[in-house]
Amino acid sequence: MQQDNLRRTGGRHNGDQGETSKMSVMTDPPPERFRLSQLIYDSRYRSLTIQVVAMVLLVLALSWLVSNTIQNLAALGKDFNFGFLTQSAGYDINQRLIPYDNQMSHGRAALVGILNTILVAFLGCVTATIIGTIAGVLRLSKNWIVGRLMTVYVEAFRNVPLLLWIILIFAIVNESMPHPRDFGSGDVPMVFGSIAITRQGTWIPAPVFENLSGALFIVFAASLVAIALYRRWARKRQEATGQISPVFWVSLGLFVLPTVIAYFLLGMPVSLDYPEPGRFRFDGGLLIRNSLIALWLALSLYTGAFIAEIVRGGILAISKGQSEAAYALGLRPNRTMNLVILPQAMRVIVPPLISQFLNLTKNSSLAIAVGYMDARATLGGITINQTGRELEGMLLLGLFYLVLSLVISAVMNVYNNRVKLKER
Amino acid sequence: MKKSVFLGALTVAGLAAGASAAATLDDVKARGTLNCGVSTGLTGFSAPDANGVWQGFDVAFCRALAAAVLGDPNAVEFVPTTGQTRFTALSSNEIDVLARNTTWTFSRDNDLKFEFAGVNYYDGQGFIVPRELGVASAMELDGATVCIQTGTTTELNLADFFRVNDMEYEPVPIETNAEAQQQYLAGACDAYTTDASGLAATRATFENPEDHVILPEIISKEPLGPLVRHGDPEWGDIVRWTLQALIAAEEYGVTSANIEQMASEAGDNAEVNRLLGTEGELGAMIGLDSDWAQRAIAAGGNYGEIFENNIGESSPVGLARGLNAQYSNGGLIYALPFR
Repeated sequence: MQQDNLRRTGGRHNGDQGETSKMSVMTDPPPERFRLSQLIYDSRYRSLTIQVVAMVLLVLALSWLVSNTIQNLAALGKDFNFGFLTQSAGYDINQRLIPYDNQMSHGRAALVGILNTILVAFLGCVTATIIGTIAGVLRLSKNWIVGRLMTVYVEAFRNVPLLLWIILIFAIVNESMPHPRDFGSGDVPMVFGSIAITRQGTWIPAPVFENLSGALFIVFAASLVAIALYRRWARKRQEATGQISPVFWVSLGLFVLPTVIAYFLLGMPVSLDYPEPGRFRFDGGLLIRNSLIALWLALSLYTGAFIAEIVRGGILAISKGQSEAAYALGLRPNRTMNLVILPQAMRVIVPPLISQFLNLTKNSSLAIAVGYMDARATLGGITINQTGRELEGMLLLGLFYLVLSLVISAVMNVYNNRVKLKER
Repeated sequence: MKKSVFLGALTVAGLAAGASAAATLDDVKARGTLNCGVSTGLTGFSAPDANGVWQGFDVAFCRALAAAVLGDPNAVEFVPTTGQTRFTALSSNEIDVLARNTTWTFSRDNDLKFEFAGVNYYDGQGFIVPRELGVASAMELDGATVCIQTGTTTELNLADFFRVNDMEYEPVPIETNAEAQQQYLAGACDAYTTDASGLAATRATFENPEDHVILPEIISKEPLGPLVRHGDPEWGDIVRWTLQALIAAEEYGVTSANIEQMASEAGDNAEVNRLLGTEGELGAMIGLDSDWAQRAIAAGGNYGEIFENNIGESSPVGLARGLNAQYSNGGLIYALPFR
């Protein structure tokens, strides 16, 4: 049929055939031969061309990187393997969260460093959030002095490189605090008789757990569960009857009392090991090194300044009408903040907060400036230097930071999903 | 079109540059300067002076090498490296030779794939403590806080020393000698440990050097020397024999003062003649001209002169020759024959 029509259009037009031949001209344009230039000038093919070219270039670049690496490793007579992780490390690490000595493997040393990174990142995130929230809210204060003070804090910390803050804080604690030996001679008294703040670090009493302390932990965990249950019950009761239960005081009581009572009933299974001045430094107690203090403080204050701005932005993003409406309903200012403003502000605050947590975690790799033994210093520093495994060590280090960042964002995304606007 | 050809050529050139590993001598000659890795600052060994000109025992070796290869002792680009960055800098072609109080060990030679050109200073690891601490021996350091430079052999020796002697210590890891000095003086650590020569050099810069004692124990052997990458033996030979030329010059009494006269014509000592190129073709055998050793020695004097001017007893560092005297004077410094 098609062919028939085509043939006819080429032929003579006459009377009753005119209608069909016209239609066939419109529906069947002459077939177009594909030309190479269409790959560039025809918008139907152009995007495909660009993608194919980009893909080829990317593959070429990657294969060059890999072959260059292999070639250069071969030229240096090096191979690519991770066997060094099982060799004895040979170096000591001052801050250890797990047992470690210099006869253990490089892998174990890396793990010690990784735990140190996680420790300072966790402490930093918690403190930065607290500092940031307080500073952010206070910057909106109607009190001129408080508002300006917070502005000075935010601008000073946001606009000076973190490394300088780390070194500055470290220098201050290092140079201004008394020497541990001064405590032994009695020149300097300890704070509360048990805490020694020195230029090598701060010694605090260390808890010593005895046999029955496990039971104490169970009691404590049970009281946490009780608090959660009570809060749920109080909320349900309020939703059903409108009566407000005293959540704070009951929670506090549940938090403290059962554990304290159990502590005395079990015969005080947890005691404190007080630091005593020794020959060079303190014997016993728990040492919080200045490197950790400086890094923790600097990371918290620096990231706190960014979080303050995020919190301030989140609060300002809520329209004034919201608080006016809440006041009109007779809510007191603190309830307005807690029940109306903050739940809405959290939706704006949480996503950028996640990226600040990630920044803080990655910035903790500046630890080397003050000799804090994090993953960068053990795996990415001494181990690489002693074994000559730069490529393997750096890949592992990159992988660790990648995994840690992904875990943090995953956890924070769960929280974000809870506070974000539920649209149906 | 022209632009894309240019960019293409540039890319190819860039790719090719990454692949060339060998022929360091050609690279150095083409560049016109020698890239020499030194410390970030250790008085007497390598540190910039008041005018910003690098001076020191290791620096003098770099200058001698530049004089031998390029004919100009000042054609050196000094690259400061820390204990941690030095090996990566050498592996990645950033520097041509590393002269930074680096200890020659089995694993560095073989596992890290480097080639040591020889020993220019026989050292050992010691401790420095404030005099007021009342410590007379390293065996009394149980429980002390010790500053160490990370990524060094001293870090491992320290761990071994305390483990073998069943003592406890708290390591304070530090990146450079300058930081270690600052921390030690601030009291962040009770003792600082590094090579004894480094301790002497560091103490020389203290305000009150007599308030600090270097303990008598030397807990390790630290043969220090310049090193190059594996894979370019010709370049390694040039570095090795430049060092030997400086040592031989001291043995045969060739100094910066008399070298011009001695090199002007062949003398009675055939070994000196071969060294200075007035006899034989030794220079051509390592790809240099016949005056190479003459220029190397003229740059900063022979080994003994370099030692005396930078770290010897007349300098502020004040180190005795000790093990680093010529073998004929009871030391370990012994030049290989130029034949």
